[in-house]
Amino acid sequence: MDGTLNGSLNMIGYGLAAIGPGIGIGLIFAAYISGVARQPEAQSRLQSIAILGFALAEALAIIGIALAFVLS
Amino acid sequence: MSAIGSVSIRSEGGESFHAPGPADFDLPAIGGGHDTFTMFGQDFVAGFTKPMLQIIVSALVIFVFFYIASRKRAMVPGKLQFVGEEAYGFARNSLGRDIIGSHDFARFVPYLFTLFFFILLNNLFATIPFIQFPTFSRSGMVYGLAILSWVIYNAVGIRKHGFVGYLKLQCVPAGIGGPMLLLLIPLEFMSNILVRPVTLALRLFCNMFAGHLLLILFALGGEYLIVEMGGAYAPVGVLAWVLFILVAFLEILIQFLQAYVFVLLNAMYIQGALADEH
Repeated sequence: MDGTLNGSLNMIGYGLAAIGPGIGIGLIFAAYISGVARQPEAQSRLQSIAILGFALAEALAIIGIALAFVLS
Repeated sequence: MSAIGSVSIRSEGGESFHAPGPADFDLPAIGGGHDTFTMFGQDFVAGFTKPMLQIIVSALVIFVFFYIASRKRAMVPGKLQFVGEEAYGFARNSLGRDIIGSHDFARFVPYLFTLFFFILLNNLFATIPFIQFPTFSRSGMVYGLAILSWVIYNAVGIRKHGFVGYLKLQCVPAGIGGPMLLLLIPLEFMSNILVRPVTLALRLFCNMFAGHLLLILFALGGEYLIVEMGGAYAPVGVLAWVLFILVAFLEILIQFLQAYVFVLLNAMYIQGALADEH
């Protein structure tokens, strides 16, 4: 194919920026899973903590996507 | 819009493919609105759009459903009453009682319950056939909810601790003294008072926006690969459509999770505002 691709480097930048929160969210849920596996009765308490950590780590990815659209 | 919405790919002699962007979310007004006005330096079209209609429909659907489900209140619940009770119990126990604590949670249950099902249904509109537009992919809709929650958790805290006491609770971390406070007080003020509503709104908005954009991309890209490119590219287009279906299921999970996270964070902010001094 003799194709051309035009676009913005912002998207690649955002893709790179999403790696960090991705690793962070993975670590959070890995810790949550092993915590529940060791102590199943603590699940209800661990769950809200894990979701809070997930939300905070995800905020970074969200700031990234907002900046990818704002900066040009 | 910005440069991110202007990606285009050209095949040999064929029509060029324009990647979907933020402009795809600017739905025309129902019945056509032609009056424009300027606010905050941007042009707006005066009219009634699909997300506005969805907001009203969702409120009506939730009201009617729970009204009918709670009307009979039989001792042995029927199917509908069972669903209603389970839904209410979920919001009351896992969002209210477990987070805010058994002492204060009762007066916040109506707010948390309403908020959860309002956000959940509006998110699920992205998946329900023939609607297929997440209401909260329009940022203005989310700002309303975020301002509401900001007012509520601050008002609750100020009423309990007084204005100065509340600011002290939110901005002065316990167990730290000396010059570190000079650094920490502005940071805590930024994070607990100023940034919270912004991240609350952006989290819901960006998840709905990005998810819907991804679905548009898979659908249109697959269609372009099959129809315009053809030949060896057609199987790739079919693969894109398979991924479209799989990602749509992932989106259902995310829609539920985001409604849960939004209400969970609301409950946590209220709990933080109500907490006793350390």
